[in-house]
Amino acid sequence: MGKSSTLNVGAGAFVLLGFAALAFLTTQTTNHGIHLGTHGSFYAVTAKFDNIGDLKVGAPVSMAGVDVGRVTRIELDTKQYKAVVSMQINSKYNEIPSDTDASIYTQGLLGGKFVGLTAGGSDTYLKNNDQISFTQSALVLENLIGQLVANFNNKGTDSSGSSGSSGSTPAPAPSPKPEKTK
Amino acid sequence: MIGELRRSLVGALGGLGDISLFLVRLIADMPRALLRFDLIAKQVFNSGGLSLIIIMLSGLFVGMVLGLQGFELLQRFGSEEALGTAAAIGLVRELSPVITALLFAGRAGTALASEIGLMRATDQLSAMEMMAVDPIRRVVLPRFLGGIIAMPLLAAIFSMIGLYGAQLVGVQMMGVDSGSFWSQMQAAVELRDINEGLVKSAIFGIACSLIAVYEGYYAQPTAEGVGLATTRTVVTSAVVVLFLDYLLTFAFL
Repeated sequence: MGKSSTLNVGAGAFVLLGFAALAFLTTQTTNHGIHLGTHGSFYAVTAKFDNIGDLKVGAPVSMAGVDVGRVTRIELDTKQYKAVVSMQINSKYNEIPSDTDASIYTQGLLGGKFVGLTAGGSDTYLKNNDQISFTQSALVLENLIGQLVANFNNKGTDSSGSSGSSGSTPAPAPSPKPEKTK
Repeated sequence: MIGELRRSLVGALGGLGDISLFLVRLIADMPRALLRFDLIAKQVFNSGGLSLIIIMLSGLFVGMVLGLQGFELLQRFGSEEALGTAAAIGLVRELSPVITALLFAGRAGTALASEIGLMRATDQLSAMEMMAVDPIRRVVLPRFLGGIIAMPLLAAIFSMIGLYGAQLVGVQMMGVDSGSFWSQMQAAVELRDINEGLVKSAIFGIACSLIAVYEGYYAQPTAEGVGLATTRTVVTSAVVVLFLDYLLTFAFL
């Protein structure tokens, strides 16, 4: 019985480990369940944005390109219809001016969004539970393209002569050809 | 030549029929075998617990390679933060069920086949029958069930370790932002993806265990026959797993 029971303990430990791995996969890789918190001391700051694009909870908050905190919660303000983004900033950086500007930028060409802080000139600093009042929304690519298309259409109808002058710019292109033949 | 083709076709169909009948026989005897919990626990440990080291090591290296390759590719598009998503979906849905099944066939399947085959060769199975002990219920079914239980758990462990391997390379070495790595993954991975991995590995578990116990049980009772049964277990399992993987992926799309 002694050998059998140690085997049973081994089997039990293995099954437990397997289910722990499964629990890890369902809670930590999906947005179900509780996520493990980050360590260190932080202070909370909120900011209201007109549009946050696809900013996600956990996205970095950076200042001059340096990671200073994380987005902890995103909610909708049902009175103003704005996105309320809660952030935690590392207590190491406790001298951020209170008139700091928060904007939403994109990481790389197709990457996710992050919050970028640009320091203001105030003598007072952001404290726990303060709100950043100067914000700039995410650049939504579709809107941008829409504006661009609208611009092009306007140009096309306004002055057909301007397109003729711009047509001369590709002219220098054929010149390298003779050099190649030499 | 046509006769040869016909013979091999008949042989393949006969093998498929044999293994199906064997499965029906196992299922018919299953309720009573389930009562012998201690035997199943022992086999869960033999096929699962003892495969743990190879599964964890492979998972770590697969994850690390995924981290390197994924980072290199995603960097070209300037979206290396999507590495977490790519690694998690690749591992959970595809890599961990398949690689775990292949490793399982090599580590546990061969052990099952040679063990049962050797019991057959040394007349232990006949001796059991003489003592009115059903070898299917006493020897084959606990091993079959143990393999089925172990496989999804091994695949889950493989995914978890692989994810940490990818995180180790991506975040620790290559400097992908840790928050983006996890948050983009959490935003993109659905419970459906994990479900797909679970169903796949459960079906691979049934297939690999069935092939192993079938090859062992019907092995020629010679040293050569046991060796052949072991080889055939690995070869058949690998082909069947990859074929089933295609079908299942198609079904889940």
